[in-house]
Amino acid sequence: MGTMTIGAKYKTTVRDPGTIGILRMSEDKLTFTPNDPRSLMKLNVDFRTIKGHKFNKVDGSKPTPPLLNLSKDSDKGGGYMFEFDNVGSRDSCRDFVARVLGKHQGIVPPRPNAPPEKSVASTGPDQLSSAEMERRMKLLREDSELQKLHKKFVLGNILQESEFWATRKNLLDDEASKASKQKPGFKSAMLADVRPSADGQTNKVTFSLTTEIIHQIFAEKPAVHRAFLDYVPKKLSEKDFWTKYCRAEYLLRTKNTLAAKAEAAEDEELAMFLKNDDILAKEAKIKIKRVDPTLDMEADAGDDYIHLADHGILRDGSRETVDADSELARRTLSQDLNRHAAVVLEGRSTDVESTDTKTVAEALARSKKEPPSSSISEDTSHERSLKVARMTEIEDLQAPRSLPYAPLCIKDPREYFDSQQANALRPLGGSNDGRKARNCTLSTDDAFRHLMDQMSLIKDNKLNIPVLQSDVALKVLNELNEGISRSRRLNLKNPQDSLLGHLPHRTRDELMDHWTAIQELLRHFWSSYPITTTVLYNKVQRVKDAMTQIYQKLQDIKESAQPDVRHEISQLVKPMTQALDAAFSHDLEQQQKSSKVGSRPNGF
Amino acid sequence: MTTTHSKLYADDVSLVVVVVDTNPFFWAGAALPFADFFSHLIHFVNSLLLLNHLNHVVVIAAGVSSCAYVFDSSNAGASGAADVAATLDKASRKVEEFIKQDARETAGNGTVAAGGAASLFSGALSIALCYIQRIFRSGTRHPQPRILCLQGSPDGPEQYVAVMNSIFSAQRSMIPIDSCIVGTQDSAFLQQASYITGGVYMKPQELSGLFQYLAAVFASDLHSRAFLRLPKTLGVDFRASCFCHKKTIDMGYVCSVCLSIFCKYHKKCSTCGSEFIRVMPDLNSMPDQRQ
Repeated sequence: MGTMTIGAKYKTTVRDPGTIGILRMSEDKLTFTPNDPRSLMKLNVDFRTIKGHKFNKVDGSKPTPPLLNLSKDSDKGGGYMFEFDNVGSRDSCRDFVARVLGKHQGIVPPRPNAPPEKSVASTGPDQLSSAEMERRMKLLREDSELQKLHKKFVLGNILQESEFWATRKNLLDDEASKASKQKPGFKSAMLADVRPSADGQTNKVTFSLTTEIIHQIFAEKPAVHRAFLDYVPKKLSEKDFWTKYCRAEYLLRTKNTLAAKAEAAEDEELAMFLKNDDILAKEAKIKIKRVDPTLDMEADAGDDYIHLADHGILRDGSRETVDADSELARRTLSQDLNRHAAVVLEGRSTDVESTDTKTVAEALARSKKEPPSSSISEDTSHERSLKVARMTEIEDLQAPRSLPYAPLCIKDPREYFDSQQANALRPLGGSNDGRKARNCTLSTDDAFRHLMDQMSLIKDNKLNIPVLQSDVALKVLNELNEGISRSRRLNLKNPQDSLLGHLPHRTRDELMDHWTAIQELLRHFWSSYPITTTVLYNKVQRVKDAMTQIYQKLQDIKESAQPDVRHEISQLVKPMTQALDAAFSHDLEQQQKSSKVGSRPNGF
Repeated sequence: MTTTHSKLYADDVSLVVVVVDTNPFFWAGAALPFADFFSHLIHFVNSLLLLNHLNHVVVIAAGVSSCAYVFDSSNAGASGAADVAATLDKASRKVEEFIKQDARETAGNGTVAAGGAASLFSGALSIALCYIQRIFRSGTRHPQPRILCLQGSPDGPEQYVAVMNSIFSAQRSMIPIDSCIVGTQDSAFLQQASYITGGVYMKPQELSGLFQYLAAVFASDLHSRAFLRLPKTLGVDFRASCFCHKKTIDMGYVCSVCLSIFCKYHKKCSTCGSEFIRVMPDLNSMPDQRQ
């Protein structure tokens, strides 16, 4: 699970302005170190004493700072309150705490019977990120049918939230893949833009550094990063460190090589910045090994006009020519450009959004992996091309990573009922005009002989002309007309429902609700077989109870129906009860099987 | 006037393939004698030929053990004119031959139980589709095809897969399948066929006026249908046959891989060979209402 270090303010009460410091959390304890060493607000708390956590909602309407409250004992209300600079760091902190707490409370056997808290978050493994929560809310908002089911089963305690969503993972994934995952990277502007600004009156030169810039400096100049980790705060204060850095930058910029040398001799730390970056140099050596061996770089050096006088790149209004003698001056613009480009392409691997430079430095150190051992294997080039492909992937242009799936397309369930209409109407109106097939008991030979007789009859009689009597023709036309106008009337009145349209609105809606509910319950019922755990057993019991209730309700609807629609309703209810019956009989069968084995119900 | 389909002659030239049920067991007990039915059919075929001199009509007989072409207007003689007597003469001779042949084959085939055999509609539909494909591929211009099924005997559930495959291939080639039931029972196969391919399904009440039904509902070409209000089916029976026992079921098990339908739980799908491992057998074979 690792550790987490983040800048935060520790507060004793909500009103308390708070003590600025650093919050470190590991798997078993959390410590708070105030930035001000004199402060007494140091904390060292074992996570086992923490029973729960709460957080406040932050929206744009009120300027409330994001808070996280770790409560020691939910009854007494003692706890620790931290304020964060932004919601993102609070949320990541909260997720960490949730994971740690979930783990601890899973192990601790006497789980405290904490009363259900009214807080937004609950402890335990069900902890959800707010983004996940939001996605679910959005889906529910968009689909009223889903919302109805959710209300009925999750809030009715028949299904658990996670069970309900487990069957709808694809919906959630779709939603998730829509959200952009792109993180802000480094600016493509060069660090050269850290311009000294002179006020023109004094000899003072001001550099302004922001966290963003510092982060970028760390990424582009590993030596500075290393120096920062080594010197701050043991040897130098942060301010001194950056002052020295800026001084070195200034010296380099003004090309005052002599002054630079002099200063470097005096100040060890300053010399550090003036030297060439040895980490970069090492990296460059490794990189050169990977360069195509057919490329003769020395031969090409002659084409490098930068080394000649009156040549070079125009920078800051002056031509940058290279003083080949000076070691310092070898840091050319093209090198800087290359390094910068590399860093920008590499991207920002950490999500840490902190204003504290120390945190940034540490986070960066963590994210930096050891370079692969310099042994160059056969498939380095292959590895490299893979790496390039991976590094340059633009996430929002890629197809979602999830396996392709074709959702089973089941049409609107209403159509199913329409299809039942023919079956429902047949016994009512569809008279067959005495066309009841005579029970044919003929043998095969007799049947064929009969057919042959018919054929010879045709040959003898030729065609009966006229082929049909006018009164029969009229009858047929009338029947066709009537049928067409009837179906047209039905369609005009209510284009989509026909059989359902006969029923009173209330009954119809009720039936449709039950139908969707039954489908949801059956899905859960069948997916929990075979029952292997207590959780599944309990789930099946809950689902079964709910199905029994619906069954009862269906019976009630059938019995309370008006006599004129009772037949239609029973036709509609039949498939529902059949499906439920199948589930019940399966359950019964399983129970009998397990009782025969003699083990406890369902074999656990 | 040419339609979007440049290979069409015109929008009102049709190729009608009529599939006729010649199941002796059905006709032996039918309310409408086969002789009368046949004369209705001949008049209808002639009417189609009279509607447009380029119309093309093919009649395929579906017997108990075999199916065959019994009439093709394209080789109706040099005159090419729609002569009722000539049509009758030719068709009745062919039908007689076919019935004799079907009787022979049925006698040699012990599996056909007396009185309980269904007609080979799957075979007849396949022949019809092959014929239409041949017309599509030959010559430069072709008429607009459609299939009309005149079915009397009940569906043969054992033909479910073959019939469904024919239906989907007809849907793919945009060939509507019209159905007219002359028997007592609705046909779930033809209901689905007409529903899926966009044809007309009808079960006439007054069988002695069969010609009137045929002329009023099924004679119009596809282009004209857009302007006509034809009878609509009230409902479609979407029930399927299980692949194992060919029984028509409304609740069963569906293979999660190939969607084969079974009436009982199987350890292994007989169609695609997927094994439903013991870990979650019931998840894979969740009873599913066919929609």
